[in-house]
Amino acid sequence: MKQTGLGHHFASRLLSLVPTLLMLITIAFFLIRVAPGGPFDTEKPLPQEIRANLDAKYHLDEPLLQQYFRYMGQIVTLDFGPSYQYKDWTVNELIASGFPASLAIGGTAMLLAFVMGTLIGVIAAIRQNTAVDYSIMGMAMMGISIPNFVVAPLLILVLAVYAGWLPAGGWEWSFRHMLLPVITLALPVIAYIARLTRGSMIEVLHSNYIRTARAKGLPERIVLGRHAMKPALLPVISYMGPATAGLITGSVVIERIYSIPGLGSYFVQGALNRDYTLVMGVVIFYGVIIILMNFIVDMLYAWLNPKIRFDEG
Amino acid sequence: MSLLEVKNLQVSFATPEGEVHAVNGIDFAVSTGETLAIVGESGSGKSQLVMAIMGLLAQNGRASGQALFKGEDLLQKTPRELNKVRGSQIAMIFQDPMTSLNPYLTVEQQMTEVVMYHQKLGRHEAFEHAVEMLRAVRIPDAEERIHEYPHEYSGGMRQRVMIAMSLLCEPDLLIADEPTTALDVTVQAQITYLIGELRKKTRMAMILITHDLAVVAGISDRILVMYAGQMVESGTVEDIFYRAHHPYTRGLLASVPRLDRDASDDLQAIPGNPPNLLALPGGCCFRDRCTQAQEICSQPPPMWRDERGHRSRCVLEMPDGRVENDSAGEAGSAAEESAP
Repeated sequence: MKQTGLGHHFASRLLSLVPTLLMLITIAFFLIRVAPGGPFDTEKPLPQEIRANLDAKYHLDEPLLQQYFRYMGQIVTLDFGPSYQYKDWTVNELIASGFPASLAIGGTAMLLAFVMGTLIGVIAAIRQNTAVDYSIMGMAMMGISIPNFVVAPLLILVLAVYAGWLPAGGWEWSFRHMLLPVITLALPVIAYIARLTRGSMIEVLHSNYIRTARAKGLPERIVLGRHAMKPALLPVISYMGPATAGLITGSVVIERIYSIPGLGSYFVQGALNRDYTLVMGVVIFYGVIIILMNFIVDMLYAWLNPKIRFDEG
Repeated sequence: MSLLEVKNLQVSFATPEGEVHAVNGIDFAVSTGETLAIVGESGSGKSQLVMAIMGLLAQNGRASGQALFKGEDLLQKTPRELNKVRGSQIAMIFQDPMTSLNPYLTVEQQMTEVVMYHQKLGRHEAFEHAVEMLRAVRIPDAEERIHEYPHEYSGGMRQRVMIAMSLLCEPDLLIADEPTTALDVTVQAQITYLIGELRKKTRMAMILITHDLAVVAGISDRILVMYAGQMVESGTVEDIFYRAHHPYTRGLLASVPRLDRDASDDLQAIPGNPPNLLALPGGCCFRDRCTQAQEICSQPPPMWRDERGHRSRCVLEMPDGRVENDSAGEAGSAAEESAP
């Protein structure tokens, strides 16, 4: 009966965010510098003087530890510094330019996946071991196993090229332009959530308290909606935390295929170009979002599961 | 007319190993205000029997026969029709109070929904009624504790909540499936006493399922002993406790631990295990464990019956009993006995 348990729990979760981020930043900082090559290595070596000037400008000539502390001092002010490859752009500007599109597509895809996935999963669960269940699970297996670089061109071919209903690519803030990338992103997630929901729903439906609810003569919609849904959703919620973080930070494949100016390509480009500041920027950004999502999942969990509130401390 | 009349009820489950025959032709009747105890060891089919009546069998379960409640066959009803009976006219409490309440809903939510759905009470009236019921089962600070979740209650209190919840709509029949098995011995006595007391007030009929003969003696009118999905003996409490006829019933009675015996005496047990329900042997299903088994026991045993309605399925002769024709058509005689 300690109602303070909840507040205490989240305060401590928030505090644990700091060492996690610190560790992430430190490891990423040294790892990217351990990787062979540097941001200004080209096929034809630069003249000595130019190279020295560049290194001096970006403080790459300083000892590593000094660079590290300089960087730490800088990101405390939320300044991720200039990109080494995208000239005239700071990392902050790059993230700010790429994130909205990624967030819009990823967020919509996640929402779609959650609604569709749980719905399909519940239908499969209540029709367990029937033709409906088998065909849903068969399609879900396909959804998970067919890679998005196969799904995307197929969708484009059918819906954009042959039918001509939707644009084949390019980016505008419009429903028509978002539809194909959203579907492509959502399909495997729908399939995964459907499988998760089906499994946990079947387990819940076999539990004693569902038998009690049935013995009370409650109609099926109350048994499912009120008694079974909450516990059946718990595993889905915990999957959705990291999954949402992954979706809203962009996917390289989707962005390439649909020509979307999102965040995803910066992960790959930054790493390939040894664009130290860009890599650090997106890694920290991704880390913060993951931690934030897990935090939200934690709160949802406590809200859904009354036992958690009291088992703390 | 009896409140509930069960005729030739059979329950089987389709499993990968084959058909499991859990209940094989059970007949009984319960009248208003009467308590029938169904006794048997684990796997005797006693729980599946009432699950079939309530329409709560697992997906692979099939029930046949008849279960007439106020003249209507429950086995023929759709789930929607059953929901008009379940929870309002027939209520059920289960063995394990730890898992039978929904851990994700407060006691209030789980209690009020019953009357809000069945009796169309408003939220406020439903709440008042639920608190009143909790007081009746002696939950302290009921109007406060009703807002708590089941895990904040002890095992005994959860079973009290289950009882209160089952009685909300003043059912005509309460089915209690091993209501005290999962509880401490002292709590068992409290719950048994509570059920008996509430029953006296309401004239509600009850089917009490148990493997514990000690629970049965105090609160039942009649006893039905089940073995391997069949009724082996049935009669009044006196018939079973003082004039037990079937060797299985006598074995059960002998195996009850007693304080008046020397502690150094071994506990009496029935040797062996119940038969495999996948392939029941022909003849008497108890013969492999019976101390009085004879060659003739491989034939289907006769059903004895005396004028008081004490029945037993055994080749051994029943004093003042006569053999009744045990064909399916007349197997409902236990049901008929309480008919006017």
